[in-house]
Amino acid sequence: MHEMSIAMAVVGQVEEAARAAGATAVRSVLLQVGELAGVVPDALGFCFELACADTVLEGCELVTEAVPARARCGPCADEWLVGMPPELSCPVCGTVTAELLTGRELQIVSVRWEDDRVPAATPERTPQER
Amino acid sequence: MCRVVDLQQAVLAKNDLGARRLREELAARGTIAVNLLSSPGSGKTALLEGELTAARERGVPVAALTADLATENDARRLARSGVPVKQVLTDGLCHLEAEMLAGQLDGWLPEGTRLLFVENVGNLVCPASYELGESLRVALASVTEGEDKPLKYPTAFGLANLVVVTKTDIAEAVGFDEAAFRANVQQVNPGVEVLLTSVRGGVGRGELLERALAVHAGEPVHVPVMARRPAQTPLHEHDHEHEHEHEHGHEHEHGHPHPALHL
Ligand SMILES: [Zn+2]
Repeated sequence: MHEMSIAMAVVGQVEEAARAAGATAVRSVLLQVGELAGVVPDALGFCFELACADTVLEGCELVTEAVPARARCGPCADEWLVGMPPELSCPVCGTVTAELLTGRELQIVSVRWEDDRVPAATPERTPQER
Repeated sequence: MCRVVDLQQAVLAKNDLGARRLREELAARGTIAVNLLSSPGSGKTALLEGELTAARERGVPVAALTADLATENDARRLARSGVPVKQVLTDGLCHLEAEMLAGQLDGWLPEGTRLLFVENVGNLVCPASYELGESLRVALASVTEGEDKPLKYPTAFGLANLVVVTKTDIAEAVGFDEAAFRANVQQVNPGVEVLLTSVRGGVGRGELLERALAVHAGEPVHVPVMARRPAQTPLHEHDHEHEHEHEHGHEHEHGHPHPALHL
């Protein structure tokens, strides 16, 4: 189960960024998981909780955003949702040289953390929730 | 205060970077790596033993590194071919990572090695996500595993540059439907070559070696659709952090392109 390695990579990267910014606690991490990334979000969530223990991410929420896989055919410009299991030949003209537009993401999009920085001139806003 | 910070980092960026470095390092030594993926019991070790022996007979300098969760049985088997073989025990880790592989090569990989065969941990899920700096990725399936294997493990078969079927000598006995298997492979990896082999039947011996040598000689390799993706942001291009607070319903309105999304 490589979800543990993935979770540890996420925690490591967020920890590094948090340390650099002087964050005192990380509340949530938004992660994009493509349909073809080969990662099971439930398993990842379980591992993430374990990987956060004793780090600045302790108790952090993992929000995963599923990204459907989409492909485009060069010759006929058709675009389609490839589905699962994926259909990667063009359903219109049968071309085998499609391009995968989305679906392999495994991307840390953003994090929400606490830090002691002096608030900017703008009044504090409610951080986004998903 | 609580703030939302854009990170935009690919989770596997570190491994991908390591893989790129390893590929360059190997290239500088005149070596290319061949990454073999399969489930346990697919006959990967037997196939590899034959290919290594064929290489030795033909005087092609090759080496093999075999990864297992435990035991050194595979290395002992492969060593019978007479080429340099190294066992890596992953201590329970279900896949190899680029840095783990890189760390194994120093002081072991003989100078002048043309092909480095890497027998990944027997598992079609986890190893698929990790590039190892290979120039040829091969997904294997035996005829006993069923025709729908490529559909069940689309990432492993979808990212392969070459698909190898093993144990074809018993295809009839187990009712293997070759046409159905080929159709399923084409669905997840259109245009990829499917190589039929049988170690016991002597079918296709040396052909994997042939394909690998062709890649070494610079012949173009099949690029799977799944591998033709918009590039993700490398780890170090994000030192300039975009830090700001979001408002409800206005996420990603800051003109900062989503590298992984081009809808
Ligand atoms: Zn088309």
